[in-house]
Amino acid sequence: MDEESSGTVKKFAFINRKAPYGTIYALESLEVVLISAAFDQDVSLVFMDDGVYQLKKGQGTKAVGMKNFSPTYRALEGYDIEKLYVEKESLESRGLTEEDLIVDVEVLTAEEMATLMDEQDVVMSF
Amino acid sequence: MLHIVNKSPSERNALDSCLRMAKKGSTILLIEDAVYAVTKGSTAESKMKAAMAKDIHVYALWPDLEARGMQDTVIDGIKQVDYPGFVDLVADNKNVQSWL
Amino acid sequence: MKFGILVNEGPYNHQAADTAYQFAKAAIDKGHEIHRVFFYHDGVNNASKLTEPPADDRNIVNRWSKMAEEHGVDLVVCVAAALRRGIVNENLASGFRISGLGQLVESGIQADRLVTFGD
Repeated sequence: MDEESSGTVKKFAFINRKAPYGTIYALESLEVVLISAAFDQDVSLVFMDDGVYQLKKGQGTKAVGMKNFSPTYRALEGYDIEKLYVEKESLESRGLTEEDLIVDVEVLTAEEMATLMDEQDVVMSF
Repeated sequence: MLHIVNKSPSERNALDSCLRMAKKGSTILLIEDAVYAVTKGSTAESKMKAAMAKDIHVYALWPDLEARGMQDTVIDGIKQVDYPGFVDLVADNKNVQSWL
Repeated sequence: MKFGILVNEGPYNHQAADTAYQFAKAAIDKGHEIHRVFFYHDGVNNASKLTEPPADDRNIVNRWSKMAEEHGVDLVVCVAAALRRGIVNENLASGFRISGLGQLVESGIQADRLVTFGD
C-alpha cells in the first residue's frame, strides 16, 4: 500500500448474488475479500439471490472433484471481517433459514439492505 | 446511487433484484442485454413504468439499443445516453453498483 | 475525476470488455483519469497477446494496449486468476502487467468511483 491509500477508510461492500461451484465467481470473490482485510477498510459482505447458497451448511465437493471453500467463510472472523449480511427475502424464497448457514449473519429486509448499499463508497459485485 | 443492469429481464433476475433495492431518487442505467427491459411489449415494461412513477430515474444506453435494432420501440419517458453520458451518470452519483 | 474499472469477463464471449473499453475511452475523452483497469476472473484473457480475431473484427487486446500506450492507463491482471487460466508474462500483451488482488482494493480506495463490468 502506498502513502496515498494509507489512512483512508472507505466503506466497501462485496455483493454476492451467485451460487457456488456452477461458476467461479463465489470463490474468486472470497479471494478479494480476504485480500481487502489487509487494507483496514470498512468491509461488508452481502449475500442475496443465489448468493445465499454460498453459505449453505453441509457442502461436500469430493464427488465433483472441486475444492470445498465454504469453511473459509468461517475463517473470515479471524481477518476481522465480521459484517456479513443476508437478505431475508432471498433466504425465504429458497426455503432456507439462518440455521442452514455455516456462519452467523445479520438478516436484513430488502429495505434495510437498500439502505446499507446506499451508504457504501465502493460496491464490488461478482 | 447509480444502479447498472446488463441482463435481459426475461433471462435473469438482476433487474428484479435491482428494482427491489433501488431507492426513491436513485438512478438505473440499462446497458447491454438489459436494454430490452425498456422496449414496448417486453416482460419488464410495466415494472419500468412503475419504477419511474416511484421517482426512480431510468436511462438506457442507446448504442446497445441500436446494436439490437430496438431503438424505435423504447417506452416513453426513458432517457437515452451514449458512452459520454454513461460517464456523466457515474460521475454525478456518489456511488455505483453493477447488478451482475 | 479518477475512475477505477474492474473487468470480470474475457474478450469476445461477453460484451463486458467492450463496454468497459467504450466507457474508459469516453471518460478519457471527457478529461477524466482512468486510475486503473483491473482484470479479474476470465477478464484476465483480455491480456493474451496470442489473441487473433478475424481481420474484419475489432482487436480487443490491441485496443487496450493502445489505450495504455497513448494515455498511460495502468492495465493490471490479477496474478492468481491469470495463473489459473494460463496467462503469464510470456503471453502478456504490451501495456499490461501482472500483479496481486491488492491492486484492485487499492483502486477502490484511490479512485473516486469504481465501476464493474462483467456477467
